[in-house]
Amino acid sequence: MNDEIRSKGIVGQPLRLPSKRRACPAEFFLRSCFPYFFVLLSLLLFSCKREQRTLVVQPPSAEEASLQQMSDLAPGPKHRQVPSVPNPDENNSWAMSEGKQLYEAYNCVGCHAHGGGGMGPALMDEKWIYGHEPQQVYATIVEGRPNGMPSFRGKIPNDQLWEIVAYVRSLSGLANQWAAGARDDHIKGPPPPNSVPEGTPHNSSEPQPK
Amino acid sequence: MTAADFQSALNPAANESAHIAHLWWIFFWVMLVIFALVAICLFIAILRNISRTSGDPQLDIIADPAQRTESRATTVVSTLVAITVLILFALLISDFFTGNAIYATPDPNALAIKITGHQWWWEVQYQDPQPSDIVTTANEIHVPVGKPVKLELQSNDVIHSFWVPNIHGKKDLVPGHPTTTWFTARRTGEFRGQCAEYCGEEHAHMRLVFVAEAPDAFSDWLNAQKKSAPEPMSDSERRGREVFLTAQCVMCHSIQGTKAHATLGPDLTHIGSRKMLGAGELPNTRGYLAGWILNASALKPGVRMPPNQLSSDDLNSLLDYLGGLK
Repeated sequence: MNDEIRSKGIVGQPLRLPSKRRACPAEFFLRSCFPYFFVLLSLLLFSCKREQRTLVVQPPSAEEASLQQMSDLAPGPKHRQVPSVPNPDENNSWAMSEGKQLYEAYNCVGCHAHGGGGMGPALMDEKWIYGHEPQQVYATIVEGRPNGMPSFRGKIPNDQLWEIVAYVRSLSGLANQWAAGARDDHIKGPPPPNSVPEGTPHNSSEPQPK
Repeated sequence: MTAADFQSALNPAANESAHIAHLWWIFFWVMLVIFALVAICLFIAILRNISRTSGDPQLDIIADPAQRTESRATTVVSTLVAITVLILFALLISDFFTGNAIYATPDPNALAIKITGHQWWWEVQYQDPQPSDIVTTANEIHVPVGKPVKLELQSNDVIHSFWVPNIHGKKDLVPGHPTTTWFTARRTGEFRGQCAEYCGEEHAHMRLVFVAEAPDAFSDWLNAQKKSAPEPMSDSERRGREVFLTAQCVMCHSIQGTKAHATLGPDLTHIGSRKMLGAGELPNTRGYLAGWILNASALKPGVRMPPNQLSSDDLNSLLDYLGGLK
């Protein structure tokens, strides 16, 4: 220290110590909050992963999931479980809304309506005749089922089938809730008649019960 | 200007676009004259200031008393503002008359064409009181010269905008809100239309072929389009029809005269007579059609048409059949 002062030729002058001054708010913020801010920012970076859309569709090379086991009952010795095929579109909101458009375009609505069922069974309840797993729904569409469900083998390409499967499963809340589409393609009507919150019925000529 | 005459608002082929082009040129010349005058005045002012500067700014102020400068500046600015207002008013009036000429009530006997926007193609339907005479085609509009045409525009998914610059200005296609526009073509020619409202990945490739032709040629074309698809002539074409009806094609496309009645994709009844494929994307040749059928998304990424798996024999038969649908 002394050497340094001497070398600069300022011997004899009083040492000017930095006076303790109050930090301005911005500086205070930078010093105290910046590390947390940085951690928060880097956390936010994780949410930047964008959902993938396939613009160029690769032609399918082989048919998947064609043989599916519908129940645990099987003749003969115990069967090995057929491994389940994960639906590539189950967590993709774009694919699910595509599936919704295709569901209407390919006239699934003709028999199943918008999930409520008609000529065909309802899809928005918890009952599944031929299984609710993605590969089981896939097989039902591809192979058709007795009493009316036609086979769409060779009529719908593989990637579109998986999109429809994801949408059909979402009808009864089986698909990823975070990925389910937030908006409808159609203009919204009023809420269905019995879905409004229940009030207490009372005689209109009497004062309303509290 | 000659390079893109088939898609240019400055090369009008209809009464309406002629009015618009006329207005455009009025604006152009007025603005050009004003721009030139401003540039000249600026130039003179710079030159005058250079020649008058004596080097001492204080002397300049004495030489030109502030009082005189200020009153002169007031006169000049107020005169120029008045002239600007007058010019803008004149342009407004010419604009008003152009708008009036373009949007006069259409002829009730006009040829009615319904155009539906899809992602990313145009469905074109020639209306007729007789339902069996309604013609549905895609991405190609033929109109007769000299006859008023009324376009009924609607959209099936998102907002599109119909724009054939040589014919008329833009008009939006809004889902759930049909709009109309009308025009009268006045010379023959082949032009290109384009979607003018961003509508998704392939917005820039949502084009259409617009053909203005003589009334005789137009009625020939329309009568040919009214017919059902021709019966296949050869074995290969017959097989092609079977392929069409049993493969994925039948889920989205329709061919009048067969059992294919789906309306998701373009009507293919007379696809062999069309000039372009995939909404003006590719010329309609056998090779491009084959590529389009096998994997359209490789030629136009994002397109709704899915890839198809066909054996080479099936594909060739299908191409024979589709090519024969004149």
